[in-house]
Amino acid sequence: MTTTLPTSTPEQTPGRFKSFFSSRPVVKLRRNKLAVAGLIMTFVFLMVAVFAPFIAAPSQAAGGNCLRDLGITQTSQIYNPAGGAFWKVLLTAPDSCYHTERESFSPIPTPPGGGAYFGTSQGYDIFYGMIWGTRVMMKLGLVIVAITLFTGIVVGAVSGYYGGWLDNLIQRFIDVMLSLPSLVLTIVLLTVLGPSISSIILAFCLTGWTQYARIVRGDILRTRNLEFVDAARSLGARDFRLIFKHVLPNSVASVLTIAILDLGTIPLSIAALSFLGIGLPVGYTDWGQFMSFARAWMDNQYWYVTVLPAAFIILFSLGWNLFGDAVRDAFDPRTR
Amino acid sequence: MLNFIIRRIAQIPLVMLALSLLLFVIIFQLTPAQRAAGYIRSEQQAAQLDNIIRQRGLDQPFPIQYGKWLSSTVQGDLGFSRTSSKPVFDTMKERLPSTIELSLYAGIPIVLLGIWLGTLSALNKDRFVDQFLRVFAVLGTSLPSFVLGIVLLKFLYGSLGWLPGPGQVDVLNQFAVLDPTFKHYTGMLSVDAMLNGRWAVAGDVLRHLIMPVLTLVIIFSANILKVMRAQMLETLTSDYVRTARAKGLGNKAVNLKHARRNALLPIVTLTGFTAINLLAGAIITETIFAYPGVGQWVGSAAQNLDVPAVMGFALLSAIIVVVISTLTDLFYGVVDPRVRFD
Repeated sequence: MTTTLPTSTPEQTPGRFKSFFSSRPVVKLRRNKLAVAGLIMTFVFLMVAVFAPFIAAPSQAAGGNCLRDLGITQTSQIYNPAGGAFWKVLLTAPDSCYHTERESFSPIPTPPGGGAYFGTSQGYDIFYGMIWGTRVMMKLGLVIVAITLFTGIVVGAVSGYYGGWLDNLIQRFIDVMLSLPSLVLTIVLLTVLGPSISSIILAFCLTGWTQYARIVRGDILRTRNLEFVDAARSLGARDFRLIFKHVLPNSVASVLTIAILDLGTIPLSIAALSFLGIGLPVGYTDWGQFMSFARAWMDNQYWYVTVLPAAFIILFSLGWNLFGDAVRDAFDPRTR
Repeated sequence: MLNFIIRRIAQIPLVMLALSLLLFVIIFQLTPAQRAAGYIRSEQQAAQLDNIIRQRGLDQPFPIQYGKWLSSTVQGDLGFSRTSSKPVFDTMKERLPSTIELSLYAGIPIVLLGIWLGTLSALNKDRFVDQFLRVFAVLGTSLPSFVLGIVLLKFLYGSLGWLPGPGQVDVLNQFAVLDPTFKHYTGMLSVDAMLNGRWAVAGDVLRHLIMPVLTLVIIFSANILKVMRAQMLETLTSDYVRTARAKGLGNKAVNLKHARRNALLPIVTLTGFTAINLLAGAIITETIFAYPGVGQWVGSAAQNLDVPAVMGFALLSAIIVVVISTLTDLFYGVVDPRVRFD
């Protein structure tokens, strides 16, 4: 394998993008074939999530509500970028599109063919459910990671920077939160909040921020005693500026790599809850339900109800883990 | 040493109190009527909802309610589970042995396999064995248990018919188990069947356990393998290992006595984590394989919004978490003298 390092001459300072691209961890990442494979798989799933409406377009027969809410009558109108429906379904798809198309009310699966590329399970179109499910899962993952990451960084920064009794209080609270397995805590919250999409988001946000706060705090404790922070302080910088301008940007690398991994694990946790029947409502596009439906159809002739959704979920998980693990290794200072 | 043990054990009530407070704050979000419903056993009692609220002080201020709830919880009064139609405490007492049985059958191979394969992988770094095991590790850690379980069930039971389907025993043996002459000594069915001398039943129970155990072993041992490999690689390059080699010590002695023994330390913590996660993971595994442990019960209880059941399980997990983390810490104190004088 020949890999040439980009040469940088001392006279010119490389641009921001270029210096990121040729930085040590990124070079390490680019050389790792598994990581690149993982990145490609992740990227494909990301594209599936974004362009779900065009990959599994709502059909005229079963997706009538979705088409109606988009203000169109023909499925083909979705593909026309000049029409309003194209952008509407891409950016703000109405809720009715997120309901898995139901071909029939018979629980007996039907094999792939016709409009249902993956067949149907419990009358639901598996292909439609998986494709739009990717969109739902990724969206929920992004929202949850964004909220928990923000909360975690703020709490961790305050706790680590100020120290003292406040730090002690926050850390003991986090200890208690982290000691229960997150699945148990999530289930308790979901039974109290009642099943709905907003309670799933709330439950994951309430349990998820603690690990970020813990990591950020640790990194801040290390960074805040470095010389450049003292220098900035002696120049008269205020606490706010010190935290957000000097300490924090130098302390978030490890928490960001964990957040990338979580973007892949949160969708799977939600799918697991749906599998248990306490996640997304039945009929909403999601992955876990199809695995739950599959339990009843173990016979060989119904292979598609198990194999296709399982393969889909496993590929997603594998891609994300390969990429996420490599990112973690590349940015881990110990492995340099 | 004694001092360290006492100090560590003295922390237990404090942590338990904090955990119970956290859980109580969560269920305090429900209305008094909703919480009173958790103590109703029959339809007749539903008419006396107001009585229950008054009796249990569910309309009192927070600290008083917490005190009352805590004292009744300590006495084992955890409410009534609609899912099992039994008090929560009795249900847990009845079902916990099965979960422990499954966790033991899975836990021992998980740890041993993880350590063995991790060592093998590190000693053969970048050779074929290592490459293969690393792929296994990535696959194992990325497979979600609900997918792996269903896929195993589909192939080993549905397609090939090698193993029995969901459940703990076959229907015919179920009658043998329910027979009054069948004594339940431990609650763990495979052990009880052996103690009763019913070898056919025991064999059947063990055959039913293969798939859930396999699911758990693939997922959890991959994790231990990863950590063990990383630790081994670190100790193999350390100074004392080089010194041992320089002194002419045999390869086997260096690898196993010097390198592996020190690499094992973090595995102790990981084993504790694994034990805790086996319990939480039981909710999913037992649901897939219709295995009658606490996990399966809580899985369906959560679906029914059976609050007392879920709370009871959370308290049970809290106890198990505290016990296991205390044991882990004490074990560290024994093995690693530095910990004792922290």
